[in-house]
Amino acid sequence: MIVKRMRETSDFSNNLSLRQRSGKYWRIAFLAATIIGILALSALIINIVDSVLGYVIVDSKINPATLAVNGIELEEQSSEQWIQLLKDNLSSGALKKLEEERPLLERSRKDLYFLIETRVLRYEVLETWSLYDSLFRKAEIVNEYLSIKKDYPGAQLQFKSWINGDLVVRSQSSEASTAGIRTAVLGSLWTILFTILFAFPLGVGAAIYLEEYARDNWLNRLIQTNINNLAGVPSIIYGILGLAIFVRALEPLTSGALFGFVDPTTANGRTVISAGLTLGLLVLPLIIINAQEAIRAVPQSLRKASYGLGATKWQTIWAHVLPNALPGILTGTILAISRAIGETAPLVVVGASTAITFDPSTPFSKFTTLPIQIYQWTSRPQSEWRHLAAATIIFLLVLLLCLNAAAILLRNRFEKKY
Amino acid sequence: MNLISPVLETHNLNIYYGDFRAVTDVNIQIPRHKITAIIGPSGCGKSTLLRAFNRMNELVPNTHIEGEIIFEGQNLYGRDIDPVEVRYRIGMVFQKPNPFPKSIYENVAWAARIHGYRGNLDELVESSLTKAALWDEVKDILKQSALSLSGGQQQRLCIARAIAVQPEVILMDEPASALDPIATLKIEELMQSLKKDYTIVIVTHNMQQAARASDYTSMMMLAENTRSGTVIEFEETNTLFTRPKDKRTEDYVTGRFG
Amino acid sequence: MNYGYPIRNKGLQKKIKPGETVIHVLLFLAGFISIFTTIGIVFVLGKDAWLFFRLPEVNLWDFLTGTSWQPHINKFGILPLFTSTLLTTAIAMTIAIPLGLAAAIYLSEYASQKARKIIKPTLELLAGIPTIVYGYFALTMVTPLLRSIFGANIVEIYNTGSAGLVMGILILPLVASICEDSLSAVPRTLRDAAYGLGATKLEVAIKIVLPAALSGISAAIILGITRAIGETMIVAVAAGAGPNLTLNPFKGAETMTGHIVRISGGDLSYDSIDYNSIFAIGLFLFLITLVLNIISQRIVRKYREVYE
Ligand SMILES: Nc1ncnc2c1ncn2[C@@H]1O[C@H](COP(=O)(O)OP(=O)(O)OP(=O)(O)O)[C@@H](O)[C@H]1O
Ligand SMILES: [Mg+2]
Repeated sequence: MIVKRMRETSDFSNNLSLRQRSGKYWRIAFLAATIIGILALSALIINIVDSVLGYVIVDSKINPATLAVNGIELEEQSSEQWIQLLKDNLSSGALKKLEEERPLLERSRKDLYFLIETRVLRYEVLETWSLYDSLFRKAEIVNEYLSIKKDYPGAQLQFKSWINGDLVVRSQSSEASTAGIRTAVLGSLWTILFTILFAFPLGVGAAIYLEEYARDNWLNRLIQTNINNLAGVPSIIYGILGLAIFVRALEPLTSGALFGFVDPTTANGRTVISAGLTLGLLVLPLIIINAQEAIRAVPQSLRKASYGLGATKWQTIWAHVLPNALPGILTGTILAISRAIGETAPLVVVGASTAITFDPSTPFSKFTTLPIQIYQWTSRPQSEWRHLAAATIIFLLVLLLCLNAAAILLRNRFEKKY
Repeated sequence: MNLISPVLETHNLNIYYGDFRAVTDVNIQIPRHKITAIIGPSGCGKSTLLRAFNRMNELVPNTHIEGEIIFEGQNLYGRDIDPVEVRYRIGMVFQKPNPFPKSIYENVAWAARIHGYRGNLDELVESSLTKAALWDEVKDILKQSALSLSGGQQQRLCIARAIAVQPEVILMDEPASALDPIATLKIEELMQSLKKDYTIVIVTHNMQQAARASDYTSMMMLAENTRSGTVIEFEETNTLFTRPKDKRTEDYVTGRFG
Repeated sequence: MNYGYPIRNKGLQKKIKPGETVIHVLLFLAGFISIFTTIGIVFVLGKDAWLFFRLPEVNLWDFLTGTSWQPHINKFGILPLFTSTLLTTAIAMTIAIPLGLAAAIYLSEYASQKARKIIKPTLELLAGIPTIVYGYFALTMVTPLLRSIFGANIVEIYNTGSAGLVMGILILPLVASICEDSLSAVPRTLRDAAYGLGATKLEVAIKIVLPAALSGISAAIILGITRAIGETMIVAVAAGAGPNLTLNPFKGAETMTGHIVRISGGDLSYDSIDYNSIFAIGLFLFLITLVLNIISQRIVRKYREVYE
């Protein structure tokens, strides 16, 4: 503290120590707010990881041990033996349906074993625990297991990772222990494909127009304001729009009927292409705004240099502006696409299917997507579906993280340039 | 040169940006109630030295100093010294006018208020603006945004703002570089009138300004091998401009005048 | 004199370049699509909402003032849906505004460069997590937490409190990030000026930087509110099904967005009263967010003027 002061009679009270002290308290408060925010968001991640691993008690209708033939365990038996097993246990109708989908003899071992698990053994999850409980309340779990075993002698206690290789490979199933997300992953990919095909060219085109061509008149200002507004419209409104336009009004197109496309499972416009276009409309303003920023960041001197050599406007844009803006445009597009991949509400409204077990194969297929799958599984009251939802969330988050990492890498390369 | 009761004196002062030593081994004394000019070529560390006087440098991350700066008998960089208190006692005016986006009145009153001014704020604002030779131009528009003033007016407002706190020293970093000759002249006159109450240290690129307006001049120069600046000559302005001791000072001072 | 170039025109008159014109027109159309989107939204929502209000069972006044939404007995009052939207939004903003703003101040004024470089992108990443994930979080973690704190007989399994809290956590990074942007956009010279006058860090942050960034901050808050009102999946998962006129955050109550999702989740038959009603609710929602958007854009534009 400086004590000696030239003008001894100061006009200022200047109680600095008080000011500094309140400064310190507030600093702590600001820091605390930041930490609380980070903690809350970490809790979200922890909660999901907590649900993805843990003990489960599963029971099967038929104990696999009883199916051993001549001392050969079920898992080690030949494919022919498995097929025989299926023939012994399934009704002829069910068999015929399976043969129609794909002849049993042509199926892989993995596929066959999956059929045995779901159709013959029929595993059922009786009880599940979170990772925390599994780690710290092992004794209670074992007790519970022993009491359950009285009613279900075949019940087994296993430590299960709900996220595993099978999750991505398997399709929907009515039993949590054998259900997978293949259909949803493919549905998401198909949908996003159409979103990109629709929104990327249009978005970049609009951005070029607004940045390079548009003069400052009422129409162009209206377009710009309108785009900014659209970016703030709740996504569910886009769902309603998609429902009315793509699903209903354009049904002949989006159901494929107009192209003589007769998919027995497609009776209406609630298809992959409708969903993709709906999400396309949703992310279009985001792509435009991001692309505009990237184009604006290209130095004016570059354009002048090009014009100075007698290039036309489009030549200038094509040869100089776009190549330099491209990393920025791509970054923005990737971010917009990851938004689309995570969107749920508009697709519910557009009519994602609740339970489909076959993979989408054309633009006119019915579909489900990852977030929809999460939504449905979360909404079920039984805990095993929640675990499955958590596993799907992890898958989705990792996917989005990869996309974001790509965007960040691109952005970093972009920033170095200027 | 030994001055009676200097306000500020530096002892073997080195100033660093990270590992880079921008200013080396400065030993000068700033005399009380005088105007001291710091001159020298661009990049030689004038602003850096000036900002060290009220610890503004430490707002830049990774800066540190060696040596000491003594203000009224105390080391400004001593362990229990509060930089806020330092800046309260040693004010600063910046190269580019930087009024707050508030009204003209608020610009002047703001700091007085945070420091717990006990007197009449209106009077303080009026007297500060008057001292800064701005009162007549703005007395009717005190409530207007300070950003609506011209550059020269804004700079005088920044000076008024600095004097309202009644500091003991005012540091000015090229306060007139963004202004036209008339506004520059006004600022110089202003400095003369402020001299009786305040000690002023001013960085300038303008030789004429230094010669015209200052009592003492400190000549800084980059060392040839280290790219680090230091004070090579510190003299009464008259002496430094007419009979420089150092050959480099002579070249610099005369070079500018042709 | 042409050395390999095609013959040049003698004059310098404008030449019509068809390629350039075509491109210009195409690009204009791309820009114009957005107008079609808006027209589409207004038309689609308007048309079906019109069909809805023309039904004998429905009238606009009862829609806006009716206190119960029970389609099976022809009661179509939006208040229960609207109130729970407001309730969840209010809870969310009570969390998001103070925490988000405080975090933004910390990041922009106090945190080291390094900390900011890590925390800011992390926040942005978290803001990009799909909202269904937040819905999962609300239902499987926050609701049980609330029930264990306040008692399972008081807190229903589906409740607006949990949805609102989690919505606040969702919006927090958004508010923090935009506020941080506008705080750090305040020029350094302003801070220097205040420090040079002997202000403490807190005084600089609160009395100089914050007011200078106020318009950006208000825009962030409005954006947060818009986001909360339009937020769907969290409330669809955690806030409960079934309209319920209550301000009790421990009770389940359906919001406007939650209702739309539930109704359209089943296979909805066209031109049914349910089908038309989601358009009426959608229109209402659209108008609210439109007004908020326009306000925030006004503010942002004003703010640009100050700095340029
Ligand atoms: N924030 C900073 N970080 C790192 N180095 C800096 C910083 N500010 C200044 N420097 C360096 O310190 C040296 C002195 O800079 P300073 O601004 O003090 O020079 P100056 O004499 O005021 O120049 P001018 O007359 O151009 O204003 C220069 O080499 C400069 O590059
Ligand atoms: Mg300088």
